[in-house]
Formats: sequence, C-alpha cells, structure tokens
Amino acid sequence: MDNKTPAVTMRNITKRFGPVLANDKVWLNIYRGEILALLGENGSGKTTLMNMLSGIYFPDEGEIQVDGREVVIRSPKDAFDLGIGMIHQHFKLVDVLTAAENIVLGLPGKLDLKAASEKIRAICAAYGFEVDPAQKIYNMSVSQKQTVEIVKVLYRGADILILDEPTAVLTPQETDKLFAVLRNMRDDGKAIVIITHKMHEVEALSDRVAVLRHGQFIGDMPTKTTNAQEMTNMMVGHPVVLNIDRPEPKDPKPRVEVKGLTVRDIEGTLKLDDVSFTANSGEILGIAGISGSGQKELLEAIAGLQPVEGGSISYIDDDGTREELIGKDPLSIQEMGVSLSFVPEDRLGMGLVGNMDLSDNMMLRSFRRGRSVFTDRKTPHKLAETVVRDLDVSTPSVSTPVRRLSGGNVQKVLVGREIASAPTVLLTAYAVRGLDINSSYTIYDLINRQKAAGVAVIYVGEDLDVLLELADRILVLCGGKVSGIVPGRGAKKRDVGLMMTKLGGGAHE
Amino acid sequence: MNKKTRVPLFHIAKRSTLPWYHAWAIRGGALILALLVCAGVTAILTGENAFLLYVTMVKGSFGSVRKIWVLLQNIAMLLCVSLAVTPAFRMRCWNLGGEGQVLVGGLASVLVMTFLSPYLPNGLLILVMLLASILAGAVWAGIPAIFKAQWNTNETLFTLMMNYVAMQLVAFYIAYRFPKGTGTMGVVNGDTRAGWLPYLLGQQYLLNILIVALLTGLVYAYLRYSKHGYEIAVVGESERTARYVGINVKRVIIRTMLLSGAICGLAGFLLVSGTDHSLSTTSAGGRGFTAVMVSWLAKFNPIWMIFTSFLLVFLGKGASEIASQFRLNESFGDILTGIILFFIIGSEFFIQYKILLTRSAEKEEKDHV
Amino acid sequence: MFDLIGFLPRAIVQGVPLLFGSTGETLTEKSGNLNLGIPGIMYVGGISGVIGAFFYEQATVSAGTFRPLLGVLIPLFCSMLGSLLMGLLYCFLTVTLRANQNVSGLALTTFGVGVGNFFGGSLPRIANSSLPSVILTNTGNAFRTTLSGSSSPSAFETLFLSYGFLVYLALAVSLAAAYILRRTRVGLHLRAVGESPNTADAAGINVTRYKYLATCIGSMIAGLGGLYFIMDYSGGIWSNDAFGDRGWLAIALVIFTVWKPDLGVLASFLFGGLYILSVRSSSSMTMATKELYKMIPYLVTIVVLIFTSLRNKRENQPPASLGLAFFREER
Repeated sequence: MDNKTPAVTMRNITKRFGPVLANDKVWLNIYRGEILALLGENGSGKTTLMNMLSGIYFPDEGEIQVDGREVVIRSPKDAFDLGIGMIHQHFKLVDVLTAAENIVLGLPGKLDLKAASEKIRAICAAYGFEVDPAQKIYNMSVSQKQTVEIVKVLYRGADILILDEPTAVLTPQETDKLFAVLRNMRDDGKAIVIITHKMHEVEALSDRVAVLRHGQFIGDMPTKTTNAQEMTNMMVGHPVVLNIDRPEPKDPKPRVEVKGLTVRDIEGTLKLDDVSFTANSGEILGIAGISGSGQKELLEAIAGLQPVEGGSISYIDDDGTREELIGKDPLSIQEMGVSLSFVPEDRLGMGLVGNMDLSDNMMLRSFRRGRSVFTDRKTPHKLAETVVRDLDVSTPSVSTPVRRLSGGNVQKVLVGREIASAPTVLLTAYAVRGLDINSSYTIYDLINRQKAAGVAVIYVGEDLDVLLELADRILVLCGGKVSGIVPGRGAKKRDVGLMMTKLGGGAHE
Repeated sequence: MNKKTRVPLFHIAKRSTLPWYHAWAIRGGALILALLVCAGVTAILTGENAFLLYVTMVKGSFGSVRKIWVLLQNIAMLLCVSLAVTPAFRMRCWNLGGEGQVLVGGLASVLVMTFLSPYLPNGLLILVMLLASILAGAVWAGIPAIFKAQWNTNETLFTLMMNYVAMQLVAFYIAYRFPKGTGTMGVVNGDTRAGWLPYLLGQQYLLNILIVALLTGLVYAYLRYSKHGYEIAVVGESERTARYVGINVKRVIIRTMLLSGAICGLAGFLLVSGTDHSLSTTSAGGRGFTAVMVSWLAKFNPIWMIFTSFLLVFLGKGASEIASQFRLNESFGDILTGIILFFIIGSEFFIQYKILLTRSAEKEEKDHV
Repeated sequence: MFDLIGFLPRAIVQGVPLLFGSTGETLTEKSGNLNLGIPGIMYVGGISGVIGAFFYEQATVSAGTFRPLLGVLIPLFCSMLGSLLMGLLYCFLTVTLRANQNVSGLALTTFGVGVGNFFGGSLPRIANSSLPSVILTNTGNAFRTTLSGSSSPSAFETLFLSYGFLVYLALAVSLAAAYILRRTRVGLHLRAVGESPNTADAAGINVTRYKYLATCIGSMIAGLGGLYFIMDYSGGIWSNDAFGDRGWLAIALVIFTVWKPDLGVLASFLFGGLYILSVRSSSSMTMATKELYKMIPYLVTIVVLIFTSLRNKRENQPPASLGLAFFREER
C-alpha cells in the first residue's frame, strides 16, 4: 500500500488560534482507493486539520502536496479545483435557496437549473439518495440536508472526500446506507477521509486509521492490524480503564413526574409525543437516543424554556407536595422554591456568556438576589474562586473571559456554577461532549456526588457505553416517543441500540 | 490547474486582547493621521498654510468665553443623545431613531409650553414639559421596541423610518400653527419666558450642562452596576443565555428602548426649554446619527463618551470656523468630520485584528503569546 | 376632475431618483452590506456630475462648441466615478477592515452630503468663475432631450415618451437587476453571500469580491439618482439640500419592495406620486396637510416592515447576514 503515490500529503502542518495550538507539526498521507479514519478525541485538531485541506483555514506553517505537487489552498475554491470536497459537521447550506441552487452554488458557467436538476436526479438514482432539487433547505430534515451536502460534493466530481462526523445525526439504517455509498466510492478510486471518534465506525468502515492527540500526529496503521483498545490508548495517550463508579441509589423517592408530555417546534413538527416517566431523587436517569430524538426539548420543557402542547410535569417535594412546572418560565420556577439546575448542550451559546469573565458568569444565576437595584459582585467573585480551586479549572484568573478557556474548563465552570446552588434536580445534556478523558471523569465524579447528595439527575448522553455504566435507569427516546425504560445495571448495549431506532426495540422480531 | 504556486504575503488573525493604552494609542495615531489629511485637503482647497488652520480651529472653539460655553453646551447635547442610544446599543439593538425621539420630545415640550403656559405656574410648567418630553420620546422608541420584541421586526430600519415621521410631524405642527409663516415657529413665550429653564449664575447653558453631567454618571452606574444593566449585557451577548437564566428578553428589550427614548425625549426638552426656546425639523441637528458614532467610538462606555463627543463637536465647530474664515461653504465641516471618522473607524481594525506576514508568522506569535 | 395623464409623468419623474437609489441599495443589501451611506452617495453622484458638466460648460459654452452628446457623457462618467469612489470607501471600511456597517454608512452620509453641499455652493468660487451659483442649463437641456418632439403631445407621448434618457435607464437597470438576481448564476451567488457568507465561501465563492462588486455597482446606480435629480429634474441647477431626504426614502423603498428591484419600478412611482401630492400646490390643500402627506411613504414602509416580519415568510426577510462583517476564520 505504501508504494502508491499519496493523493494528499500534509507535512509539518501547524495552526494556532490565538494562544491555542490546534495542530502541531502534523504529517498525514491520504491515498486513493482507501478510506482513512481520522481518529482523535474532541479538541485533538482533526477538524482543524481537514479545514486547512478544504481551504477554510490557512496553515501557519507547513506544506500540502496533492499528487506529489506542492499546492497552496487559500480558499475553498482552490480546494475544489484540486478535487477536494468536504462535508462539514455543521452544514454549509443556504436556507432560503433550493437543493439544486445550493448544489450548483459556486460553480462557473451559465445557470441552468433544469440541467442541474437532471444531473442531481441521476446522481441520486445511482446511489439511492432521495433529494427533491426544488425543495427549499429550510423545509428539510437534518438527514435530508446531509444528503444534499453529499450530493453537492459528488456533483462537483470531487475525488478526495472529507466527511466530518457524518453519522452523528443519522439513524443506524441511514449510517449503513452512507457507509455502503462510501465503500462504492472507494472502489471507484476516490480518496475518502472520515473524521470520527467512534471506534466501531473505524472498525466497520476504514482501511487505515490515523490518530491525533492534542493537535499532534500520533501515528497511523492499517485498521486490520489494530484494535479498539490500542486505538483508544493512542487517542488518550495512556492506558485507559473505562470504568465509571455507580453507587446504589440511596432512598430514591419520586421527584419529577412527567406525564403525557407533548411538544411541537415552531414549524409544527412533533418533537415529543406523549412522554411519561418519573425521575427519582438520589438516582441518575440516563436518556439515550439518536441525536434530535427530542432530548433537547425534554430537558428544556422541564427547565421552563420550551412551550408545551400538552401533558404535565410535576415537581414533588420531600414532603409530598406537588407543583406543576408547565407554563412557568425559569424565573417563576426559581421563585417557587424549586432548585433546578440545567447544564445545557450549548455551553457558550446558552449556559454561559463567552465574552464575560468567570465572576460575571457566576452572577448569571444569582444576580437577582437582594433588594438593591445594584448587583452584588463580591459573592459571585468568591464563588468563581471556589469553583476554580475545587474543580481545578485552569485559567489565568477569574476575570478572564470564559470563551478563552478550553472546552473542559468551560464545562467545569458551567457545572460548578449549576451545582453551587444546591439543586434538587440536575439536568445535563451531553455533559462530556468535547472533553478529554480526564475532564470527562471529573464530570462523572461531580454528577455522582450530586446523586449521593440526593439530587435527581437527568443525564442526556450520546455515548451508550458511558450511559450503561453511569445511569441507574435508562430512558430510550425514539422519534420523540419513549421507546422503553430499562435498568442501567445489566442492560445490553445492543438492546438499547435497537430501542433507539425502533419503538420497543423490535421485541416482536 | 497549472496555476503558479503563490504563497499569500500575509493573512489576518484575530487578536486575543490588547492593553487599553495600546488600543488608545492606535486610535490616537489614526486621529493624528486624519488631521494631517484634513490639513492637506484644506490646504489644497484654500491655498493656506495647513497648520494655521488648526490654530483657527482651536480659536473657533475656545476663542472667547462665549465660544467655550457654546462648545460645552454642544458637547452636553450630543452627549445626552449618545447616553440615550447607548443602553440600546449595549443590547445590540440598533436604535438609529435618536433624531426622531429628540424631535418628538421637543415637540411635546413646545406643545405644553405653548398651550399650558397661561394655566400653570412656571415651575410646574417646566415639570410638565419635562414629563411630556420624556413620555413622547419613550413612546417613539417604544413602538419599534414592541415590534422588535414581539416579532423581531428589524429595529434599525424601523427606527430610521420613525425619524422622518417625527420630522414631518414637526413640520406639520409648524405649518398648522403658522400657515402664513416662513416655516419656522419663532421663539415661544419670548415675552413671558414661561417654560424657559432658568439661567444659573447668569449662564444660559450651565443648567443643561449640569443635568447632562449628572445623567452621565447615572447612565454609567446603571449600565455597569445595576441589575438592569447586567440584564442588558446578557441579552446583548446572547438572547438564549438570557432566557436560560430566566431573563424576560422581551421585557428587557422594551424597557431598554423606552429608557433610550426617554433620555432622547429629555434631550428634546433641554433643546427647547434650555437652549432654543423654539423648534424646527432640524433642531436635533443630526445628533441622533452623530450619537451613534460617539457611542460606538467610545465602545459604549459613558465616561469615554465625554471625550468622543468633545472630539466630534470640536471637529465640527473647528471645521466650520475654517469654513467661515476662508469664506468656504459651511458644509466643509462635514467633509472634515467625515474624513476623521473614516480614519478612526478604520483604526478599529488594527485593534481587533493583526496582520501576519507569512514568513514571520512564527516570530510574531512568540512576541504576542 | 383628477388629471391622470398629467399626474402620472410627474409621479414618474419624482420616482426615478428613488428607483435608482433603491435598485443600488437592493444590490448592496443582497451582498449583506447595509449601506446607510446611500443618501451621501446620491449627493456625491449628483455633485460629481455637476463638477464635470461645470468644467465642460466653462470650456465650451462661451466658445460655442458645446456638444450635447459630450455634455451628457462627461457628467455621466464623472457621476459614476464619484459614486464608485464612495462605494469603494464603504467597502474598504466594512469589508476589508470589517468596521461596523451602521457607523461607516452614517459617516459616509455625513461626508457625502458635505461634499455635495460644499462643492455645490462654492464651485464657482473655487474655479474662479464669474457665475454666482451653479446653473448648467445647456447640460440640463441635453439631459432633458426627449423622444417626443411635438408641441402638443398626445396622451401616449406624454405618458411614455416625455422623459430624458435616464428615466428609461432607471427602468432598464432595475429590470436587469431583478433578472440577474433571480435567473443568473451571479445573482444566485450574490444572494448566497448575503444570506450566509460562510456557506458561500465554503462553496468557493469569493465573498469579498462579491461584496465589493455589488456594493460598488450599487453605489454607482444610486449615484445616478442624484445625477438625474440635478440634471434632468432640476434642469441643471444645483441648490443646496434640494435633494432632501430622498436618499432615506430610497432605503425605505428597498424594504417596501421586499428586496425585489422589479417591484421597485412600480413602488417608486407610487412613492413619487405620494411625494408630489404633497409638493404640488392644490388650492384645496393647506401646507399642513401637505406635510402630513409627506409622512405617508415612511408610514407605509413601516407597515410593510411590520407586515413582512409578522408573516415571517422566509423569502421576504432581509438577507440573513445583513449588517454583519465576514471573517472566514471566525467560529
């Protein structure tokens, strides 16, 4: 295999964002007729590296060769001209344009949407995609949008394809279909790079795997010669024991009771359909499901951020009194004396204000306290110092804007603030997304401590392995419905996986 | 495909942060550069020694006690409108309607002054004028705010249009009251001086200036230390975060715009009651727009705004002094002001970004980290 | 009875400066640039034409060598050059230097109106001319040459042939702009740039170039509105501030037409009609009522603005990135 000329060679690539070293002298070869899995933890610089290949970023140092010739990729257009096409994790589509208009965007020549639509249909027929060329993007589902993205790259005849975590938004069936397409394209002689951190995708799909850690190139090898444990060790840098503590719940009592919860989004799509469950104190209730199955809506409905169409959410106090949470905004929930904390998925866009410093971010929860018209700045300042000390946040000072902290530290600040108010209910969404292993374990530990203190924890996660080890019970969502609730101890990954894609997990089969 | 390989000479990166004195040095440099260019332009058009012009400018602003008072008064009025628009800007709500809000504030004062002066004692009359102006300004800003809060109607364009509605309203009133006149209303209550703000220590403008000085402190404290100010900052940074912590975003938008309009209304009152004792469609004098620049140049900080409004007033005044000295059209001042603004606006780029030469990128980084 | 045949042409000539302005601004806004400098640019477009015409007339009229064709082409060229420079300045500040668009636009308007009024007022003095003010009747007449020659024109001639060439140019430009935006690749790319520059960039579109081109061409078109106003509408006579707030009205028109230049043709004539209802003296109407009439275009625009935001139809919203600077490496 090494005798072939690489389609792409990246040498000594370095990229910095301000003080952050995103890529540090990275070397990488990409070959035609091969699927390369670019593996690394979140924040290891995989996407940054590929963005330099697709012309989004420009490297600070290093050189790139395509077919043995040194090239300079200054813009996405340069990348296209070299046959490089990237499908980004966040879709690059213009909402108010149609699929066809998006697909031909940026191409030269006369605009002929009819001819373009024909060609799109031909591509769709060849690979089994379904795209209506005249449909506007804002009317499409996430997987439809991804299909448009892939068709767009194929339409341009790209022969070096980069896919950034393409399966995050897909159902397993859609994933299988995608993988089949990718294999076809590989057999067709195209070079394919798939960015991922999911081990089973690497094993199922790739021919070769390259590992990045902390922006550095660790090594590459044929997938056949390695295994998940070795790859994990390379990713993390030291042998990892995937073992999360799970103490028995102490004296669980119903704390939040959800009955028949139904939610529609602004466009009228049903996001939650008749969801019922009870979250107990002193227990971690895990929520599993494919991304976009209603997890976000569920947590936001409990937190008072999501308008609800029907059903009830009752908060049950220690003495048994019930309070209805629906129809209350976060402020009135707080005023009712319900201490509810929420670690949202979007940390800097929702949980924190990126441009404010640590103290001011601590103040988000507490600024209303007291009768004075003025804010109390001393208490949040002290809290910030406590959080930095107790959770070992690495920051120059408490007056540093949080956007300048790394992902793990941002999450520590957020979780630290949320548990500081001694909550009785703690909602967390993808609490360890983007964190390295050590920070992840710090977060699991913090959550377990809350559980021990009698808090009802609702933990939305994407990594089934973690959910199976951490949660006392797992609620599986499928398309906005409850597919089932299983005890965390003894649950099989395969069963939960099936429940995620099919209501009840296909028990009739 | 056989393009010549070419490495870009430089690329642009965002700076992490710059010490404040460094930032102000860049702005100061831009200002000096701008003044040199202005001197050049003026010299070309007049044939005079460029540096004598600056003497003229300074004389124009500080040449006599009277001139200094006028200068201070103009600074105060511009600062007042700038203070008004700032809370909205902090919330990332572009209130470009200062002009109209000032005018309706002034109109409210004129109406009260004209029609209620026979019935009210002077002190009460002034108080009613004040309240009427504040209310009128607040209503004028409140209308776009409600639509912004409820339906996210573009506030930049809405407030902009409201300016002209206000102007026509003033024009209508003047034409209605003085149908045979020259399109001006003349001095209101020139005989009785009813509704005129009193002269402090014999100075007509002193009270205006003191009021605005007090207001500067209040707005500064409000934005920086109050709970409302904190809410404004959070809403401005991220509406989602604001909702997440239970801030009622709609209420904050409306409340802040009402405040913004109310202070504009106050400016209208000061213009009518404390300055002109009259009103025309041009009474606001473009301050609603200049205030946008004052506020932005000062990074929305009320204390810095004292300097930026001084700068803009001084430039405008000085430029028109040059114009009259050299028998140039008075619009010459606008040209110079424009040139200076371009330089200062442009200089912000060098504060926020840095240009990295490709070859020396590594060295640059080491210097900065 | 209401004289429609007499009224319509007057509404049209009132509407033409607005049409130029709004077509130019629509193109600009489609690229994501909210250019509030349009009023200033229209002044500059006017005065640049005046300067060109002034020197041409100085050189030729007394010698009897004034040629109408050159008399039109020179101001036209100067006007477009002047507005181009203004457009370039705006782009340099907002696109290259990524400055705040509102602030840059307002500064540009201050500057442009200043330039217009300054040179308009003192051009003869600077040029050491004996004229007391700028009166360019020869050029004005050249611009006003119409297709209809007869002394007692028919209704058809009055309605369709009684205008100078800039009126037809305004129509052609806005229809062409509408076609380009809707049907061509350039238009598609431009819309993408205004909606989502990051997406356009990733698709290989040179965002900076599109922003520059759209804004500069838009400025040149808008500047013609100023030129038309002085040369044709006012017959070559400059008076300070006569152009008034038409620049802002042009921006209002962009919203009113929900960013569709072909709608702008009819809408500008409607605005023009509303405008003359207030300007034309009519015995039954007092000055005060006229002032109220002048308010109507702005009120109507506000209503349209509210209406589009209420209906929330995606196609009728302002371009999504309007007012924001683009920086590729910003995440």
